[in-house]
Amino acid sequence: MKEKISHLDWLESEAIHIMREVAGQCANPVLLFSGGKDSLCLLRIAEKAFRPGRFPFPLMHIDTGHNYPEVINFRDKKANELGERLIVASLEDSMQKGTIVLKQKDEPRNKYQSITLLEAIEEYEFDCCIGGARRDEEKARAKERIMSFRDEFGQWDPKNQRPELWNLYNAKVHKGENIRAFPISNWTEMDVWQYIEREKLDLPSIYFAHKRDIVRRGGAIVPITNVTPAKPDEKVENLTVRFRTVGDITCTAPVASEADTVEKIIMETASTVITERGETRLDDQVSEASMEQRKKEGYF
Amino acid sequence: MNDTNKNNTVLRFLTCGSVDDGKSTLIGRLLFDTKTILTDTLSQIEKSSKKRGMSAIDLSLITDGLQAEREQGITIDVAYRYFSTGTRKYIIADAPGHEQYTRNMVTAASTSQLAIILIDARKGILTQTKRHSYLTKLVGIKHIVIAVNKMDLIDYDESKYQSICDDYKIFASAIGLDQSGTNIQFIPMSALNGDMIVDRNNFINWYKGPTLLEVLESLDTREDIKESALRLPIQYVCRPRDSDNKELHDFRAFMGRIESGLLQINDKIKVLPSNQESTIKEIRIGDKILKKGIFEESVTVSLHDEIDVSRGDMLVHANDNLTATKGFTAKVCWLSETNLSPNRTYLVMHTSRTSKAKIASINSKVNINTLELEEAIDLKTNDIADVTFKLAQPLIVDKYADNRGTGAFIIIDESTFHTVGAGMIESID
Ligand SMILES: Nc1nc2c(ncn2[C@@H]2O[C@H](COP(=O)(O)OP(=O)(O)O)[C@@H](O)[C@H]2O)c(=O)[nH]1
Ligand SMILES: [Mg+2]
Repeated sequence: MKEKISHLDWLESEAIHIMREVAGQCANPVLLFSGGKDSLCLLRIAEKAFRPGRFPFPLMHIDTGHNYPEVINFRDKKANELGERLIVASLEDSMQKGTIVLKQKDEPRNKYQSITLLEAIEEYEFDCCIGGARRDEEKARAKERIMSFRDEFGQWDPKNQRPELWNLYNAKVHKGENIRAFPISNWTEMDVWQYIEREKLDLPSIYFAHKRDIVRRGGAIVPITNVTPAKPDEKVENLTVRFRTVGDITCTAPVASEADTVEKIIMETASTVITERGETRLDDQVSEASMEQRKKEGYF
Repeated sequence: MNDTNKNNTVLRFLTCGSVDDGKSTLIGRLLFDTKTILTDTLSQIEKSSKKRGMSAIDLSLITDGLQAEREQGITIDVAYRYFSTGTRKYIIADAPGHEQYTRNMVTAASTSQLAIILIDARKGILTQTKRHSYLTKLVGIKHIVIAVNKMDLIDYDESKYQSICDDYKIFASAIGLDQSGTNIQFIPMSALNGDMIVDRNNFINWYKGPTLLEVLESLDTREDIKESALRLPIQYVCRPRDSDNKELHDFRAFMGRIESGLLQINDKIKVLPSNQESTIKEIRIGDKILKKGIFEESVTVSLHDEIDVSRGDMLVHANDNLTATKGFTAKVCWLSETNLSPNRTYLVMHTSRTSKAKIASINSKVNINTLELEEAIDLKTNDIADVTFKLAQPLIVDKYADNRGTGAFIIIDESTFHTVGAGMIESID
């Protein structure tokens, strides 16, 4: 009797295994939850890994304060439904403490997330953060371990990573050091959408096609919000769009799309010609190595 | 070919070969020809290629990801890449070819089911080729593709290709590759031009075998789950005592990933190392109640009897004669820059159990160039040696040749917590 499980089952099983290793090896882990699609997959995996028990970790959102309200409402509703504890660590608090100093009032805040994250890690004494990063997102991530070691400053050292063999994950750390665990490292954007479809996962509404005021700026579609107003000379259009990722408002752009169901998004993803980050993350295009730089500084 | 087929299976493979044999180009080509590379990535690569004064797109830039590598133009660590076809999802591990990176190759190979070994058609079999073949065998990979690359540079000459294949066959039987049940496929190709990767080429019409993609697509990765013994290492015990739901007050379930074999409802099982027996009451993944669980599935099981099970224990069938051991001999690949100190205590991490361990003896070292055994007193980075361990706690192990999941372990430095070695069990005390 020869058998092999399907690719989605395999990816799910690998992710469950990784989460259980975190639970088995780490004293005080946390799951980073943004309300975005990748972290929603993580929550479903956590249910499969630990129910009928409770999750052996709280959820934590690093809140830039620049959010779409749909996503924040969804985040709170989801944590409630699951009956799990949600910690919100906000950049506003770090700004009040003076640990984050903005150069301009409405500048993109993604790069400051690592400061608030590291402060939360220290405050709660987390020894492991579970995140939803995928290796197919970006070149630097393609080389990151599934259990990725960070020193006391949260830094990633790409040249000094722990070798990772078979499915043996070394999550041992000293006090102050930290592991970032990425259970869906081996998933692609397509895998994520197929999983969402199969598991019938609910998503924040902005992932689906909707009407929105936008301007076109240097090839990207920029949504018009209170923190990203149109410049005087720009023409505001009302376009049907959807988001492929959700993050800080100032650096997440939607794509023109009529896809209003998961099925249609999968069809679109199958025929798409631009990578997720290239199209919608306004902050990675700056330099070829920008993600690697931010990871070294303690970004997820 | 970014498919939407949900019934794909996963195939993991690695590429190996000497520096400049064309590994990165081959992977770039596979991704390019299966339409996995998207336009913005391509335009970035085009920019980079131009910056370095190249006229055509350099496909190897797709995989050479890190800043340092882009500057030096070499691959310095294992990178993972993904593509998918109508049949499969592929995970590629790109392992660099420098001598000092033996450990990266072992790392990449540890999760792979197939290895592509590149040979530069102009150079034929080199010491590196032999080394990589040996490592492939060591790590238990059962499928090898010998990719004779850069055929365009030898005018697609069939007789030169044949003599490389013949040389390799002689070498393969010398190291016992042919007896280990390994299946070897030879393919002439040009990664640069894309010949015999996805598409065929008229200059090589003397070659009647499959293209590289055809080999990958048709490989049988299924496991005979009835033939192999059940191994279910327990990772986590679920006791929802504090739940509001009173029915769950006495509920206990055991969670882990099936490393091999088949588990069915009502199966008689025993827990190692305690040897207590029970029968399987329920198997589930999330809400889904299953009649059976098979290898590679992460399951939650409950038992008919209340017996003590904790993380690190292993469920096997009751009639299995596997027992726990406090010593074994293994082939070890040393990964750390710091030499092994024979007098120190290390941690051995095996499935979901970790034990302190002492080195009883270093029996011999493999000379990776001649593949002969030599006397050894120490272990340095990239050394491969035969080492006997004494364990503080018993581990439940199989020979690596019988079971990759329960025959493998990593060695952790007790003070730095670095992963310093990788081991494959050869004999059990
Ligand atoms: N003529 C020719 N050149 C090739 C072929 N494959 C790779 N190359 C070239 O060989 C060099 C090294 O290739 P690369 O993929 O970086 O090798 P790696 O070090 O094994 O990753 C590059 O200049 C490639 O363009 C081939 O099939 N034919
Ligand atoms: Mg390379």
